[in-house]
Amino acid sequence: MFKKLLIGAVVFGCLGLASFGLLAWEPAIAPIVPPAAGTFAPELVAKGEALAGGGYCAACHTAKGGPTFAGGYAMATPFGVIYSTNITPDPETGIGDWSEAAFARAMREGVSRDGSHLLPVFPFDHFTKLSDDDVRALYAYFMTRAPVHAPARPNGIPFPFNIRYLQAGWKLLFFRPGRFESDPKKSAEWNRGAYLAQGLSHCGACHTPRNLLGAEKPGDVYGGAVIDNWVAPALTAANPAPAPWTREELYDYLRTGTSVLHGTAVGPMFPVVHGLAALPDSDVRSIATYFADVDKAADRLPFLSAAVSHAMSYASTRTGKQFNPDDNADSRLYTAACASCHYNAGSMPLIARPDLALNSAVHLSDPSTLIQVILHGISADEGMPGVVMPAFGGALSDADVARIAAYLRRTRTNLPPWPDLWAKIAEIRRAQTAAN
Amino acid sequence: MTSFQINGRAVTVDAEDDTPLLWVIRDVIGLTGTKFGCGIGMCGACTVHVGGRPTRSCITPLASVAGAKVTTIEGLNPEGKHPVQQAWADLQVPQCGYCQSGQIMQAVSLINDFPTPSDQDIDAVMAGNLCRCMTYVRIRNAIKQAAAQSARKVTTNE
Repeated sequence: MFKKLLIGAVVFGCLGLASFGLLAWEPAIAPIVPPAAGTFAPELVAKGEALAGGGYCAACHTAKGGPTFAGGYAMATPFGVIYSTNITPDPETGIGDWSEAAFARAMREGVSRDGSHLLPVFPFDHFTKLSDDDVRALYAYFMTRAPVHAPARPNGIPFPFNIRYLQAGWKLLFFRPGRFESDPKKSAEWNRGAYLAQGLSHCGACHTPRNLLGAEKPGDVYGGAVIDNWVAPALTAANPAPAPWTREELYDYLRTGTSVLHGTAVGPMFPVVHGLAALPDSDVRSIATYFADVDKAADRLPFLSAAVSHAMSYASTRTGKQFNPDDNADSRLYTAACASCHYNAGSMPLIARPDLALNSAVHLSDPSTLIQVILHGISADEGMPGVVMPAFGGALSDADVARIAAYLRRTRTNLPPWPDLWAKIAEIRRAQTAAN
Repeated sequence: MTSFQINGRAVTVDAEDDTPLLWVIRDVIGLTGTKFGCGIGMCGACTVHVGGRPTRSCITPLASVAGAKVTTIEGLNPEGKHPVQQAWADLQVPQCGYCQSGQIMQAVSLINDFPTPSDQDIDAVMAGNLCRCMTYVRIRNAIKQAAAQSARKVTTNE
């Protein structure tokens, strides 16, 4: 009896392994000779360039200070450090010997030319939605870049996560390949925005929280996530910014890097804005239309003027005396260090004076973004073009940064105070030192 | 190597990315009108404009201003006759003068943002510019005079 059960279990196990093996195995696609320079029509390459901007491929496929698209960019994941690959058309270390079929399979199914599975840190679960024309254009663009000989850096993923074969299991659980499908109930502009956001710009890759195995949670799309000590806020109606993200605000933010009622794009969001600059205005407007619907901005419009009035109230002489909103050491520290640039008066903030009462950073449940900006400032090529915010990390102690952050949280919001601000600040400083 | 514009002139500087802009302006480029007061962005003596916005150059890393347009006190007006500078001269604002480059740079931006500044606006926006000689009363009056002057110019040009 027992022997029969044992044999049955072994046979079942073998069948299971065999099925998994069949599922997981992907054939290698034969290498090709890298296509000659004139193979691709200039219009196709130009289209691919715009798409590569919209997908900001360079942001992940370029190491800091390294040659464009040559890979080596380190991503700290819960599974270890993963380095991006070389996608220049170098035949030995890049994708120079990849046919268009191999490229398309990588984008749509997450499989490399040699048949191994790609790690889902490469968002093939988004790129699978791209149209054939767009994938063709991207192929033309990448095959016409300057080839760079740069071997891939080995990933720091522990066993068993480093077994590529097992990625097929991840795909079985979490990945459904397939082209984008329009929603007939929505406008053409909405659908274009949805295609770009879900397919090309892969917004959910940062803005959707992930489960324990690193897959985006399908029940919490655009629900927000913390990555590398930066907060990607919720893009749904749960977004905590006091003013709604209307289509106009979204367009201004995504096109210019700044919007009057929300502030500037900094940290990991800035490469997105930089990349989107390659897309035409109509595409950025479409993305804005899509997200204005996702975040139900229309429902929140009645709250817009109240939010702005509340923000502007910090300038009023409530007591009829000279500017002295709450005369204590925290408000004086804020005034001395920050008000010169962040003070606003009148009925609307000035776009050149980002208002902190309206800014998302103060309203997020995680203070990381606010701390990052205070410590590191904003350079001329981020946020508002040509304008900088100085870096207070070398000027203020952790205690003073915490005081300013707590002061803003206490006075500009009705939200509960952030716990453990000091610890968070110390952690962010440590991470910066480690990164350097 | 970091390239940017200073007072309308293109410059390329070979210094570490984290060198404070103030050091670059004074020691590398040689424009000493901008002063060092505290080194932590809390006194305003180092104030310059980056992209037209007032910025504490002692805590601005050089790498931040790559590609940007920097204006120092020397570049505010070719003859030193900016309305704010004229008001400063009219009312004999400076005492020792050390803080005044920063005060002027900050005041220029204040009037730009708030063309008819109230006392509260002046309090808030100038709060980060300290003056040990206590010329604050003359600074406030000069700001109001310069603002009125600029407003008059705008109306007479119409």
